[in-house]
Amino acid sequence: MFTGPEIASLLIDLGFTHVVWVPDTAIGPWEEALEAAEQLQLVRVCREGEAWPLAAGLLLGGKQPLVVMQTTGLYESGDALRNVLYDLKLPLFALIGVRNWLVPESRDSAKTFAEPVVQAWQLNAVWLNSAADKPKLAEHVRRCRAENIAGVAMLAEGAP
Amino acid sequence: MNAEQQAASSQQPTMPVVDALKVLIQQIPDDWIVVTNQSSARTWPKLVQRKLDLHYNPSTMGGAVPLALGLAIAQPEREVLCITGDGALLINLGSLVTVGAVNPKNLTVIVLENGIYEVTGGQETPGPAALIEFGKLAESTGFETIAEYHSLRDWTRQAHEFLLETTGPRFACLAVDQTPPEYLKSPTPPMAEQLARLRAALS
Repeated sequence: MFTGPEIASLLIDLGFTHVVWVPDTAIGPWEEALEAAEQLQLVRVCREGEAWPLAAGLLLGGKQPLVVMQTTGLYESGDALRNVLYDLKLPLFALIGVRNWLVPESRDSAKTFAEPVVQAWQLNAVWLNSAADKPKLAEHVRRCRAENIAGVAMLAEGAP
Repeated sequence: MNAEQQAASSQQPTMPVVDALKVLIQQIPDDWIVVTNQSSARTWPKLVQRKLDLHYNPSTMGGAVPLALGLAIAQPEREVLCITGDGALLINLGSLVTVGAVNPKNLTVIVLENGIYEVTGGQETPGPAALIEFGKLAESTGFETIAEYHSLRDWTRQAHEFLLETTGPRFACLAVDQTPPEYLKSPTPPMAEQLARLRAALS
């Protein structure tokens, strides 16, 4: 949906300073543009459960991190998310790629559980289902910042 | 753990954990950020109160090193010390690789190794059976300075040099006894209070 240069430019406009990520096949192609952007620092973690506390440290230290991962990583990192969003109450923002969301016939369990898990974790989510939804990302980030609350953008993906 | 492993593990000398933490408290400057976790999050605030302390409890297990790394990246002009347990580190060993990749010169990780999940009552971790050498793990991930201390005497003598005269990222494994129960019963300060104090101190 977003090209690498497009997302890098948008994240810079939104004031993000760091992207903490485990990429997937749809998000991975952004790497070159994210690395090339001087205003952004890309932080690669070994598993998604690291991403949330690392982003928490960045935020507490005065930076503006974005957590990026696939739905599978969202599932993996549930306890870390729970801790930083609900125990520490930190207004982190995340962009989650939803594998196979755009494949109607897909029986991928990573797709099946995406909506229920977002609801179960009571995430303040906006869904980006098509190119027409792209502006919703910036709108949601700005709204979350204004209210000092956490938020996520669920990015619809095709087959990996 | 088989008999041979039990013997090897029990032969390791250890130091009293409260005394080991007191050595740290004596050595670190006031402007260091300190992130404690698990049992140290309960013990440290009974020993000292510092504006730049974050006692990470409630936490996500294994999250202390990533959180400290985030602080170290965000505050490159400050030193950040992370004190974690061996059980918590084992659940997130990859965090050492992430530290190595970022290579923050201002981060020190201290692991209190006692081979048990202390805050849940002292059950064994898989660590003693595997005879984990945390220092070698940290070295292989790119930490610049590695140390291991088994006696309070050595730790007391060498802590200043390790903490203040070596290049980061630093990693030390302290072989310690179990934390006395009266420390584990101590509540950590409320998280909202801690975060407000830390933010004010950093601003």
